[in-house]
Amino acid sequence: MKEILTQSVFFGIAISLLCYECGMWVKKRTNLAIANPLLIAVLLIVAFLLLFDIDYEVYENGAKYISFFLTPATVSLAVPLYRKLSLLRRYPKAILGGIGAGVLTAMVSIFMMSIVFGLSHEQYVTLLPKSITTAIGMGISDKMGGIVTITVVAISITGIMGNIIAEALCRIFKIEEPVSRGLAIGTGSHAMGTAKAMEMGEIEGAMSSLSIVVAGIMTVVSVSVFANFI
Amino acid sequence: MTIILSISLVAELMEYLIPIPVAASIYGLILMLLGLVTKVIPLHKVEEAADFLVEVMPILFVPPTVGIMASVEELQELLAPLCVISVVSTVLVMVVTGRVSQRIIRKDNAAMSGKETGYVPQSRKSAKPYED
Repeated sequence: MKEILTQSVFFGIAISLLCYECGMWVKKRTNLAIANPLLIAVLLIVAFLLLFDIDYEVYENGAKYISFFLTPATVSLAVPLYRKLSLLRRYPKAILGGIGAGVLTAMVSIFMMSIVFGLSHEQYVTLLPKSITTAIGMGISDKMGGIVTITVVAISITGIMGNIIAEALCRIFKIEEPVSRGLAIGTGSHAMGTAKAMEMGEIEGAMSSLSIVVAGIMTVVSVSVFANFI
Repeated sequence: MTIILSISLVAELMEYLIPIPVAASIYGLILMLLGLVTKVIPLHKVEEAADFLVEVMPILFVPPTVGIMASVEELQELLAPLCVISVVSTVLVMVVTGRVSQRIIRKDNAAMSGKETGYVPQSRKSAKPYED
């Protein structure tokens, strides 16, 4: 019975979708940032596989067909960016300057802390793309020789945290312009933070979603330099 | 969908041919953006499929993240630095991005004060209560 079920490629696909549905349900019910559907789904699947003693390879056998869509989905990120391009034309200096400064801050701070912790090159490049959207961050980590799964975990932690602290942080550091708030949230905590930015206001949300892709592209360029430092 | 998949294919080819460590998806994203900006690719042809893919994107991250099962040791080793680095750098990135862009906006506004800039600085009332 177990063999028949797990040998089907639909096993990996179905369990992924079902567990993600569960995650969405919990998120909707609790409305907590910490109840992230992706993390809930992953925890459920790992628990399930361990409980029934199913190898990751068996799961991956079907689940890889889901990941097949990752490249097309990342390509599709160009569409929301294109729709927001008019915003970029309105405040080009503030947007590019702000996001550029933020991306540089991410690189430098992660570099310095990696030295403090004595991380290896592999660990360092795993963490470098952690502020940007998962689709782009995974690609970077993979290309630079990082551990992609841990990059995804770091990205999720960052996103959840950004979502939780964004509002307080803007208040404490007197980030008052809606444009700047949006940029800060999108650059610091990608799509998961953007959900919070959208709650804060329309300009915040639009700027935050613009920042996701702009910061992602800037990070691709910066990582190719910073990755050589450790 | 055809356009998106074709771009993905070209992007994979570029990844293979161009000797710099950039993932195919990034080439694809930039190609698509260029196509849209130059109107070579009409928005309405890709809009529907793209919006769908972007919407379901988080589900696509599930399988690679479950791969954490195979990297438990590496994760344990990295967990403490990972948490510290995530917290510290996220705070820094947000503050720097916000402050730098705010400074630029206010400087521009001051320089252009009097003229119609199309932008009204909206310093939020700090007494605004939490919305959630």
